[in-house]
Amino acid sequence: MSNAQIEIQLIASLVAIACAIPGTFLVLRKMAMISDAISHSILPGIVIGFFITHDLNSPILILLAALTGIITVVLVEYIQKTGLVKEDTAIGLVFPALFSIGVILIAKNANDVHLDVDAVLLGELAFAPFDRLMIMGADVGPKSLWIISVVLTITILLLFAFFKELKVSTFDAGLSASLGFSPVLIHYGLMSVSSVTTVVAFDAVGAILVVALMIAPAASAYLLTTDLKKMLGLSIIFGVFSAISGYWLAHWLDASIAGSITTMLGLLFLSVYLFAPNKGLISVMYREKQQRTEVSLLTFLLHLKNHSDENERHVNHLNEHINWQKVQSQTVLDLALKNNMILIDNNIVSLTQKGDEFTSKAIDYIITNEDSQIEDMKDDFFLFRG
Amino acid sequence: MNKIAVQVDDLTVAYNYKPVLWDIDLEIPEGVLMAIVGPNGAGKSTLIKAILGILNPIAGSIRIYGKPYTKQRDLVAYVPQKGSVDWDFPTTALDVVTMGTYGSLGWIKRPRQKEKKAALEALEKVGMLPFKNRQISQLSGGQQQRIFLARALVQNASIYFMDEPFQGVDATTEIAIINILKELRKAGKTVIVVHHDLQTVPEYFDWVTFLNVKKIATGPVKDIFNDDNLTKTYGINYKVSIQE
Repeated sequence: MSNAQIEIQLIASLVAIACAIPGTFLVLRKMAMISDAISHSILPGIVIGFFITHDLNSPILILLAALTGIITVVLVEYIQKTGLVKEDTAIGLVFPALFSIGVILIAKNANDVHLDVDAVLLGELAFAPFDRLMIMGADVGPKSLWIISVVLTITILLLFAFFKELKVSTFDAGLSASLGFSPVLIHYGLMSVSSVTTVVAFDAVGAILVVALMIAPAASAYLLTTDLKKMLGLSIIFGVFSAISGYWLAHWLDASIAGSITTMLGLLFLSVYLFAPNKGLISVMYREKQQRTEVSLLTFLLHLKNHSDENERHVNHLNEHINWQKVQSQTVLDLALKNNMILIDNNIVSLTQKGDEFTSKAIDYIITNEDSQIEDMKDDFFLFRG
Repeated sequence: MNKIAVQVDDLTVAYNYKPVLWDIDLEIPEGVLMAIVGPNGAGKSTLIKAILGILNPIAGSIRIYGKPYTKQRDLVAYVPQKGSVDWDFPTTALDVVTMGTYGSLGWIKRPRQKEKKAALEALEKVGMLPFKNRQISQLSGGQQQRIFLARALVQNASIYFMDEPFQGVDATTEIAIINILKELRKAGKTVIVVHHDLQTVPEYFDWVTFLNVKKIATGPVKDIFNDDNLTKTYGINYKVSIQE
């Protein structure tokens, strides 16, 4: 690997981490679309900043652009508060307006400089190593690598300092307010970090794809864990994985790096969505099938409990009596046998003591809905897991 | 007469310039177990949120033991409506209860062994210790409400505000919760509950406030919980049979 290749992968990975951290909280706050809005509406801020500084990596430009991000959030909330339109409509009204101002500013004034709409939308990671930071004549690396490192360091420090505050205000804004942790303050803190990160990341991956880096790793992690810290960790791992594998995909296909990274993010989410152990599509379908079988099992056990005469309990009569298909009857019988709930003697089915107790308990639960009685049954049966 | 725990003067709260609470004067004496009753949209939750500074009133003042709420946060615990949070949030029962200790920790400081121990004790009190590591979406409605109650208990406050703690819970949990509330009152705490089931008011509470945008009445259940006030509050001829 050449130095430039290492630098590009390093920048992409750091951008991915810087996006995954605020992205996790945006996903949990159901504010994914706000990141889309910010990423577009920072454009006029970047353009105006560029006119003033003539340097895409200037801190003033970053702050100006981030400020436009905050203005977007304020405007969206203001329009929403009038009660005339819903939040998604407000977002849809604000960011195209701001974005278009940026597009017109570029078209009118920036024809002769290195700033065009394509670069804004898609970024160009491949050029990042060309713009070097020189300190006292010495080359210390690409400028964008330094900028993203600074932003990431600040993000991580803020995350460690305010993890508890972020958590409580995200989970329960009312409690957070009553405890004295102003949800509004924390909200704008998160919005500021998201805006700054977006501005910095936008140079690398562009305005559209930065949204993918914020949302896709967090959304994938959300399907895999029930612990906020693990969710943050997984988001970061997924982000870095997509950044590096995306880079090599681009290398192999000779295509856009940002496009390839986003493709990897999409593929990653798709596989998590399908194969996640609890919340994944396949697992959910399996669970629903199991629940259907278990309902049948319960119906069958109850039938046995209620009917003592032998002709009602003959194996071959079950199909006719409970009106089931043969295959289903067999599945249910097998499940009952496996759990030692029934005995089959001379083709006559009868409940074991365990089966009898299980049935009473289950029926009790269905009537009273008292969860505490059936804790031990949750492990073996999907039906009682709510 | 007991000390006044909560004093509300001339409180008016509006959403988009439409008043939802209108000129409320209310004194809640220390040590009562009080129900706030009234029809949907009467401003019951709004009253609690305004007292706790979650909403900004357009007029009026609120005093907790004579001082503004912001100076008395340590004395107050709050149980929001169960439906106000996302129970799919990636966290455990123990972690949610630990959030009750955040107020006394203040900004930046993290909960440590001491806070965790207090949270475990609160879980024990509400009978939820065996579920401490369970993800909160895997709890039943009644168990979730117990978690919320434990989170308030861990704050070790003097005044407890609860927004419909009996909503969507089974009978066993309702009894368990009311027993804990009665214990709190015995310990000299003040408990204020937004309540929906008028039938249980005389059995559960000793103090009641009727609310419908304006305050209709407030006082001891035995003196003011009658058909007259119920009719004034609910606007129709309301009859409740009170078992003596």
